[in-house]
Amino acid sequence: MRNVLTIAGKELRSYFVSPVAYVIVAFWLVATGFFFWFAVNSNDASLRNVFGVIIVLLLLISPALTMRLLAEESRTGTLELLLTAPVQDWAVVLGKFLGALGLYATMIGLTLFYPILLVLLGGNPDWGPIWSGYLGLLLLGMSFLAIGIFASALTSNQMVSAVIAFVLLLVLFIIGQVSSFLGEGVSGFLSKLALSDRFDSFPRGVIDLKDVIFYLSFTAVMLFITVQVVEARRYRA
Amino acid sequence: MIEVEHLTKFYGPFHALKDINFKVERGEILGFLGPNGAGKTTTMRIITGYIPATSGTVRVAGFDVNDKSMDARRHLGYLPETVPLYTELTPREYLDFRGRISGMHNTKDRRTRTSEIMDLLNLDDVADKLIGSLSRGYRQRVGLAQALLHNPDVLILDEPTVGLDPVQITEVRDLIRELGRERTIILSTHLLPEVSMVCNRVVIINRGRLVAQDTPIHLAEDAANRKTVQLEVSGPSSDVLRVLRSVSGVTTASAPETAANEGEADAASSDGLVRTYTVEGQTGMDLRAPLASAVVGAGYDLLELKTVQPSLEQIFIDVISREEEFAAEEPEEEDVDLGDEADGPDAVDSARVRTPRSAVRTSDPSERIATRKRVRR
Repeated sequence: MRNVLTIAGKELRSYFVSPVAYVIVAFWLVATGFFFWFAVNSNDASLRNVFGVIIVLLLLISPALTMRLLAEESRTGTLELLLTAPVQDWAVVLGKFLGALGLYATMIGLTLFYPILLVLLGGNPDWGPIWSGYLGLLLLGMSFLAIGIFASALTSNQMVSAVIAFVLLLVLFIIGQVSSFLGEGVSGFLSKLALSDRFDSFPRGVIDLKDVIFYLSFTAVMLFITVQVVEARRYRA
Repeated sequence: MIEVEHLTKFYGPFHALKDINFKVERGEILGFLGPNGAGKTTTMRIITGYIPATSGTVRVAGFDVNDKSMDARRHLGYLPETVPLYTELTPREYLDFRGRISGMHNTKDRRTRTSEIMDLLNLDDVADKLIGSLSRGYRQRVGLAQALLHNPDVLILDEPTVGLDPVQITEVRDLIRELGRERTIILSTHLLPEVSMVCNRVVIINRGRLVAQDTPIHLAEDAANRKTVQLEVSGPSSDVLRVLRSVSGVTTASAPETAANEGEADAASSDGLVRTYTVEGQTGMDLRAPLASAVVGAGYDLLELKTVQPSLEQIFIDVISREEEFAAEEPEEEDVDLGDEADGPDAVDSARVRTPRSAVRTSDPSERIATRKRVRR
């Protein structure tokens, strides 16, 4: 576990050495700020719509957070030293995932400024749905990042990794809509996989344990597959 | 400390390693020689546990690198050929990170050890600069520092002196010799003098097959049953050469300086300048006495006469080219182009595939001449 945290800490630090993280965070804050301003202007203090738009933004931003994780190490060869250190493959993958999650949590944490601003300006937002909305954002983000790290394990090219992650996310995002065109049984199964549909209840203040477990197990399965990919890559190295 | 038994590796259809066997004991520095694509890096990667072998076993400090990978890795320090480092960290941060994941959990000990190792490798000046901005020499030393950091029993160093300046090369070699007293080191290199200077033992591999294994001195004596005699004679070179060639048992005689230094061949052959001649004879024959009497008998002054041990380069080329010779004679040789299959730094290791053949040594001089020509091409 210590190794996991060490790797997570190193990843988190690496984000802030390059300008990429600053650009992403700045873009994120500007975009979410705009959504928030828009919501307030339309006299909607519940932030429900803001959450709805934010998850679309996440589709674009989360591949950028994860594309580097394994692809870059594979390109530069540093993966060779990491995978010959006395660290298990799963610890490497989990550590890198937690590093990305750390940055993501910081990003959504920063947006808490907007509801606080609302209070400072004399508003009285309903905090229950806001907190549950944030929990939903965290859970949804975890599964997005897990897809991202999986894509990053597949290739040693960051851009390719980002594109794969984006396509996978898009497919899982719209799968709910598309599945209605397919047969009964298929659509029932596919719509269960849809990542975004389950998110809708969170900003309404409804935390369904089923949804929480879905996101957590989806993340776990993606990370497990990623570890398998990393192990399989040793055979191709 | 390191036991490699029947190690075989396939990359798809490409037979990269063919039944490699060797052992390295504590306190030994093993030189790993071979042309590009021979399988040096592949062998090292298998020993370090980076890639799995197709078959065969490798034990490091008694631990199987497959079954007891974590235990084996704890005893290993590894410096890959490409010296992969995190360019966005400083050497201090990087070494701290490596220390943590290598099991040095005590912060104070780790800091002490980090500054100790940076001191040892003269990294103090750059300790807080980004690795990405460092020169090749510094990076190489950061890579070495990383391998030595957790004080491993076994060191695997893939070309550790590449990119260093001569002073640093000497320092690093001294360091490796020093470390080798109580550790086990495998060192791959292209620089043959390095092997004779640093290593106690040499393993030569070619096309995935172990072709020779001995001490550098033994190897030199062994492969050098043929003696090269060097003579310094004053006299017209063409006449002297004729005299030298007339001695029975002489296979070649040459005067390299005439060819190299002087343009006017005619003048050179008739003057009385002192030149150094190199004479090669048949195996096992001592030509010194007949050569001396022949030169003196022909009326030229013999100024110096000595036997020359062939350099390690020569032996290496001999061993390898003999192999090549057999490969060329082999009728059903299959060349498999791997192309896209081998990506990354390992692409070098995937030259071609040949059918297995036994490593027979030959001492027929005419063949040796033929092989040397091949090598030059």
